[in-house]
Amino acid sequence: MNNNYIIGLLTLILLSLPFIGVTGYPLHIVITILIWSFAYTGWSIMGRFGLVSLGHGAFMAMGGYITALLWNYYGLTPWIGIPIALILTAFLAIIVGYPCFKFRIIGHYFALVTLALSEVVRQVIIATRDYTGGSLGYTPEPHGEGGWSIYALQFPDDRTAFLFIAVFIWIIGILIWKYIDNSMSRYALEAISEDEDASAAVGVKVTREKLKITVISALITAFAGALYCQYQMFISPDTIGGVGISLQIVFAVVVGGIYSALGPTVGAIITLLLAEILRISIGTARVCVTDDFCLNASGFPLFIYGIMLIVFIIFLPKGIVGSLMDFFKNNSSKKIKTEN
Amino acid sequence: MLTVKNLTKKFGGFTAVSAVNFSVEKGEILGLIGPNGSGKSTIFNMLSGVHFPNNGSINFQNQELSGLQPQSICELGIGRTFQIPRPFKRLTILENVALAGYFGNQNVSKSQAWSYAEEALHLVGLPSDPNIEIATLGAAGLKKLELAKALATKPNLLLADESLGGLDHSEMDQAAEMLKNIRKELGITIIWVEHIMGVLMKVVDRVMVLDHGEKIAEGSPEKVSKDKKVIEVYLGSDAKEIAKAAKR
Ligand SMILES: Nc1ncnc2c1ncn2[C@@H]1O[C@H](COP(=O)(O)OP(=O)(O)O)[C@@H](O)[C@H]1O
Ligand SMILES: [Mg+2]
Repeated sequence: MNNNYIIGLLTLILLSLPFIGVTGYPLHIVITILIWSFAYTGWSIMGRFGLVSLGHGAFMAMGGYITALLWNYYGLTPWIGIPIALILTAFLAIIVGYPCFKFRIIGHYFALVTLALSEVVRQVIIATRDYTGGSLGYTPEPHGEGGWSIYALQFPDDRTAFLFIAVFIWIIGILIWKYIDNSMSRYALEAISEDEDASAAVGVKVTREKLKITVISALITAFAGALYCQYQMFISPDTIGGVGISLQIVFAVVVGGIYSALGPTVGAIITLLLAEILRISIGTARVCVTDDFCLNASGFPLFIYGIMLIVFIIFLPKGIVGSLMDFFKNNSSKKIKTEN
Repeated sequence: MLTVKNLTKKFGGFTAVSAVNFSVEKGEILGLIGPNGSGKSTIFNMLSGVHFPNNGSINFQNQELSGLQPQSICELGIGRTFQIPRPFKRLTILENVALAGYFGNQNVSKSQAWSYAEEALHLVGLPSDPNIEIATLGAAGLKKLELAKALATKPNLLLADESLGGLDHSEMDQAAEMLKNIRKELGITIIWVEHIMGVLMKVVDRVMVLDHGEKIAEGSPEKVSKDKKVIEVYLGSDAKEIAKAAKR
């Protein structure tokens, strides 16, 4: 309940931002955070059940690239292009997921298979550089004169329009998370994550449940990829795909909290703000140890990320939101005890 | 209800179950006994689809089971417990059983599943309060939970694997009464694996004895308990068991 109020309040605040003077760069950061939150929420929908996918970069890239390619080559509006991208992503998720689940590839092995998927999709994008622009990236062509277009889902220079879209999909993501949390599938998947044989013995269709959650998760992430592309009007294998993005997704969710609806959002806020701050304050500075031994500091954010990840996994395995919730729960149950 | 022919299971070169034939009538409690490692659990694993038999057929209510997946067999109406309890620790007791009630039956609503779970917990004598964690259960409680999970799937045939293991004498008698009661209340058929013979003999209609994966005797409890081969094979190992248990 209480959680729903927070989400409602957040929505109101977010929607009012452009009208209280938040525009330009700050609004850009908000939109970016919302789109990534949506992607992270998608990942956590399966990640919370121990299905640690390192392949979500592949799904995100599928969403972005297919939508953009269909637009540029066939003039197909994203309103049709995105559904096609989603259908193809679902196919990919099934093609990879089905054998994994059928042959019980779980835990680290599942992570490795999906890691390979990230890289395969990245390599395909690079190999087909004549069409996709390869590692240099790709831009959906502006519609007509390059103005505001609902048909092309392009809103250049109008962040307010995109904010509304981003808030809308962010809420959809949270609602899907909550819907699954309340569904019987959640119990099945918790059981499966502990003991597949014992789950099957009480009638749980293990492969089907895992496949279902994987497809939902992949679809959300692909959708996020498509929206990212429409918003930034530029994508590259490294900004929405590959192992780097897959790891970024996992990292943010671990930091924010994998077992709570708002965890991925909090993870997105923290990691993206941190990345921005590090980028602005350190940027491309060079650290010189001696006069002729200088290090490029661009790797420094990654270094900080790595340290943070280790710290979080060891000390706050439930992430920031999960730990805070535990903290409040413990305090309130203590209160009840003393009242009795 | 169940007809098993020539059932065989090999693990590598080792034959755990060797050409076993038996059948179970509707409404009956069949006891399945034998020394440790004689293949009792392996038979259950084949009946419930965990292992595929190397040879033989399993006919349940005119349907061939060998080759089916565990969840399909559960759907057809066979519920099983595991010898070593396998609770889902991340779920509460009630949720464990409700999960079985929901997925073990077709087209049930969430609230139906929860009421199946309450019934099953009541039958085995566990509390059905929604917030009780698995961690509060001892050995006896976990065995009961296994039974409740199997019962919530509304089986026609229940496979109970050593539901008495780890229990003390009064708990054992209680559990035996419980199985009898389950049959009376639900009218289901039960195959009960146990190697604590005394209690089992009081409850079952018929006994089948396994040794080294082969069936060595079958019949009424009286007849089997006087069988020379059974005494030779089973009491011998039983004596060892008792000695082992005493040491602990
Ligand atoms: N999955 C398995 N892999 C290899 N050997 C097994 C497996 N399961 C059981 N066995 C062997 O099969 C034999 C019968 O085991 P089991 O059916 O568990 O005996 P029981 O339940 O009668 O004590 C034992 O020797 C056991 O070691
Ligand atoms: Mg056994």
